[in-house]
Amino acid sequence: MNGSKAHVLASIRASLNRSGPLPASVARSLQARLARPRANLKPVVGADLTAHFTAQLEAVSGKVTRVASIDAVAEVVATHMRSYDLGARLVVAPDPALEGIPWSNRLSVERRAAAGDDRVSVTGAYAGVAETGSLVLLSSPESPTTLNFLPDDHLVVLREVQIVPHIEDVWVRMRSDKRRMPRTVNFITGPSKTADVEQTIQEGAHGPRRLHVILVSE
Amino acid sequence: MKSTAAKFKKSVRVSLGDPDLQRAMGFIKSGFVKNRRAAVERLPEFDELRRLARGIKEHTLQNLDFYLEAYEERVQASGGHVHWASTPEQACEIVVDICRRAGAKRVTKGKSMVGEEMGINDALEQAGLEPIETDLGEYIIQLAEEPPSHIIAPAVHKTKHQITELFHTHHARYGYTERQTEVPALVDEARQVLREKFLSADVGITGANFLIAETGSSVIVTNEGNGDLTNTLPRVHIVTAGIEKIVPTREDASTLLRVLARSATGQEMSVYTTFSTGPRRSDDLDGPSEYHVVLLDNGRSQMLGNAFHEMLRCIRCGACMNHCPVYQGIGGHAYGWVYVGPMGSVLTPLMVGLDEAGDLPNACTLNGRCREVCPMEIGLPDMLRELRRRQYQDRQTSRTSRTALAAWSFLARRPRLYRRLMGAAVASLAWLGRRRGRFRHMLLAGGWTSVRDLPAPQGASFQNQWRKRRGDAQP
Repeated sequence: MNGSKAHVLASIRASLNRSGPLPASVARSLQARLARPRANLKPVVGADLTAHFTAQLEAVSGKVTRVASIDAVAEVVATHMRSYDLGARLVVAPDPALEGIPWSNRLSVERRAAAGDDRVSVTGAYAGVAETGSLVLLSSPESPTTLNFLPDDHLVVLREVQIVPHIEDVWVRMRSDKRRMPRTVNFITGPSKTADVEQTIQEGAHGPRRLHVILVSE
Repeated sequence: MKSTAAKFKKSVRVSLGDPDLQRAMGFIKSGFVKNRRAAVERLPEFDELRRLARGIKEHTLQNLDFYLEAYEERVQASGGHVHWASTPEQACEIVVDICRRAGAKRVTKGKSMVGEEMGINDALEQAGLEPIETDLGEYIIQLAEEPPSHIIAPAVHKTKHQITELFHTHHARYGYTERQTEVPALVDEARQVLREKFLSADVGITGANFLIAETGSSVIVTNEGNGDLTNTLPRVHIVTAGIEKIVPTREDASTLLRVLARSATGQEMSVYTTFSTGPRRSDDLDGPSEYHVVLLDNGRSQMLGNAFHEMLRCIRCGACMNHCPVYQGIGGHAYGWVYVGPMGSVLTPLMVGLDEAGDLPNACTLNGRCREVCPMEIGLPDMLRELRRRQYQDRQTSRTSRTALAAWSFLARRPRLYRRLMGAAVASLAWLGRRRGRFRHMLLAGGWTSVRDLPAPQGASFQNQWRKRRGDAQP
């Protein structure tokens, strides 16, 4: 289909009353727009980012538990698993930020990507977005994407300092961290749901039935 | 997908007489319409965002060739492939070819309107592949062997009872023999059946809500998570997208996302908004090893710069159909092709031909609600009017309506005669209908009165009443 590209571009240019590509000067200004993206309008977000993030996520059935330090994560996960009767197997993302969590020795903990029958995953996150109550996860060897979608229960460890006001702040942070786009950037805003049967909202469509954020203050 | 838009009038009769459909359509007002209004009211910046979103799309369209090439470069730099297709047939060939080379058998699919436009499922089946829709609504209509009736809620015309029966018929072979009658059990059964398909698929095909030139990313939004299982688990990920989906930067996509979810479902953000860029990296533990994008033109490039240019701003949110009294009455199937409601009544004639879909632009009361709620401020009523004008110009309208229009135009250019005749007609109709207040039959208006009564006029024409009131109001 080599001819198709030329055909489509020629048709676009004909409709725009041009016989060839944009003049070099115009193309340069567009290249500059791409090289230095600017945010458009960002809606007002409350000054207390943690409170805003929590309220937004809870409004879409996400659960948020605040803990003082990373050491408390193990207990929250164990309680969650007990209360939903999720067994004793746990898959944890191979994320350095999640190393050293004192998991109960009653749990079998594996650090890998998810398989189809895993029931519970624990991952970190790159950021939280206060505006929408979203978690942002970047795919990498430390954060395999399947952990975000296959298990019934997804628990996410997020530090309060990772919460940014707006979606755009995630892009700014990625640029300043010199992080190129990974294969996947997931914005996750609540548990999986569907309204395809008579517009009745039902959680646990294909992805996790429950999303539980453990928010670490320290 | 093959169009049945030519049978519009017949299909409308069927739809209006279908009690299940009428019941199901009632859910649109209580769901989408109410939720959208609430979401818009919660965001004081909505109108300003809408203006900006429109500007972003316009800027991109004016430089579409540049942004498409910039996008292609970035996709290639991230290890992906871009394929260009002028026609749906070419796009299908490309997709089938990728599947064949990957030795694929089973193909999972996220919801894609461009996929519907291509008729990709038929093409895959003919090539001996097994396409499986994974969005719950799309899955339901795939089982029912029906086309979608709404662009974001494809099975909105189905009642729970119908879904119960469908699942009962099709899931017995997986061992689910009990009839599920409640929503949670129905959703759960589909989850289990489809989970197996996700895990065994060789290729995953998704659409794209946006393509980003800055990074070479494709963006999808879903609530179910089916799109992500589709683009993460198989060996090959194929994205099918129209060429108008491109936006310059991630920041621009962020602005558009703010108006998309609110306009579509009344959510502030869909549950899953996913940016895909290339295949898995060498050290990734999961993800597909091939990433392909098929860019489809299918007449879009020719809409640029002409009377239908604005239609290319459409972000497929569905607000226009949710708020359309005609769509609410007849549902999506009557429109006879992929796109339905007001946006469909513009796109279908442009993509499959005005002669085939000539009834669609006329199935509109020009009440303007679609334009009011459109996040991209697309002048849908103006475009529908333009299509009507072209029909008239190309003599595609019936002799009766041409004669009637000619008579009306003769009168309309003679205001005094018009007023006198209308005054007389209104007065005599009011007198004739004075007892019942309406007419069961009306000469020359049999098409109208065959399915409803014509209300009798109240005695004076609008112009007469207007003159009188204005006279009263003056000191």
